[in-house]
Amino acid sequence: MSKVLVVTSGKGGVGKTTSSAALGAALAQAGKNVVVVDFDVGLRNLDLIMGAERRVVFDLVNVVQGDAKLAQALIRDKRVETLSLLPASQTRDKDALTPEGVERVIDELREKFDWIVCDSPAGIERGATLAMRHADMAVVVTNPEVSSVRDSDRIIGLLDSKTARAEAGETIEKHLLLTRYDATRAARGEMLKVEDVLEILAIPLLGIIPDSEDVLKASNVGCPVTLHNPLSGPARAYAEAARRLLGETIAVTMPVEKKSLMSRWFGRSVA
Amino acid sequence: MSIFGFFTRTRTAPVARERLQLLLAHERALSGKSDLAAILQEEILAVIAKHIAIDREKVKVKLDRDGTISTLEIDIEMPEAVALKN
Ligand SMILES: Nc1ncnc2c1ncn2[C@@H]1O[C@H](COP(=O)(O)OP(=O)(O)OP(=O)(O)O)[C@@H](O)[C@H]1O
Ligand SMILES: [Mg+2]
Repeated sequence: MSKVLVVTSGKGGVGKTTSSAALGAALAQAGKNVVVVDFDVGLRNLDLIMGAERRVVFDLVNVVQGDAKLAQALIRDKRVETLSLLPASQTRDKDALTPEGVERVIDELREKFDWIVCDSPAGIERGATLAMRHADMAVVVTNPEVSSVRDSDRIIGLLDSKTARAEAGETIEKHLLLTRYDATRAARGEMLKVEDVLEILAIPLLGIIPDSEDVLKASNVGCPVTLHNPLSGPARAYAEAARRLLGETIAVTMPVEKKSLMSRWFGRSVA
Repeated sequence: MSIFGFFTRTRTAPVARERLQLLLAHERALSGKSDLAAILQEEILAVIAKHIAIDREKVKVKLDRDGTISTLEIDIEMPEAVALKN
């Protein structure tokens, strides 16, 4: 049975698109048929992060409005055979999506794919609520920072009340993905710790993605970080998170502190 | 700077944690009530009661949606002689 997964956060710029691409690619590499759907209408970026920006012909809005067939809008990834992208429109605004149209497209995607990963826009408005509307499960992307944690709490509330599953009295699985985590700063007490965020948000932990330059490097060349540099910290963490989504029970790897203060001073004095 | 200043100054995360716990407890209590009008009624009432002695029953808050516009109607019956608290 297919799974609809929404990647959401409330707050902008916390790593939803990065995570959608990385998790989508990792799930596809595990042999699943995956489509990543960009719901950020008007501000599409998933195409760029996936390196498919020059192959976009039709988009989600065209399909929702019946101007194009789903098959015409889907873009097959060139690296992983089982990975596809359904891009967002760049020219229209978010009101171009209708609840009925989105439901029809999701139903059609369910027939073709094992995993439908929906990259939500920021905010709690129409675009974000439509992206989560038909989700079976949610990845709540959170940075260890006060405003991000607060917004995640809001989003968790919406997931529990505004989704089709919630309205039908069913539960929606929610997973916390802590991104841009800096273990060194957390150890110094400058940044919220994993335990702090977990205790406050009270949903199970899917993974901890370290703050790393590898993410920017991968985005520069338009490749999900899990494919670009599989041995990098964020790639390993995303791959691990994907395995957990597939039902494996594996312990979460804690990012390690980069360098102690002493070794940094030492390193500097030698340089 | 106190002798502990060096330690307390950099450890700001515990402050963040405490502020979040307080704030979210409050916000969750509010969003738990599905009726937005009821929340608004309570909060508006509290603000007015700070300055004017009013009868709880005489405050009506109505939230309406009609096609493309939403309206918030607040109806407050004032006491005969507005009795300012001090
Ligand atoms: N683990 C990480 N380490 C370092 N940089 C990261 C990490 N994750 C994301 N970023 C960077 O943060 C920025 C925002 O990421 P991204 O676009 O994925 O966020 P978003 O939540 O989709 O944003 P929006 O709300 O605008 O859609 C990008 O520049 C990205 O490269
Ligand atoms: Mg995004």
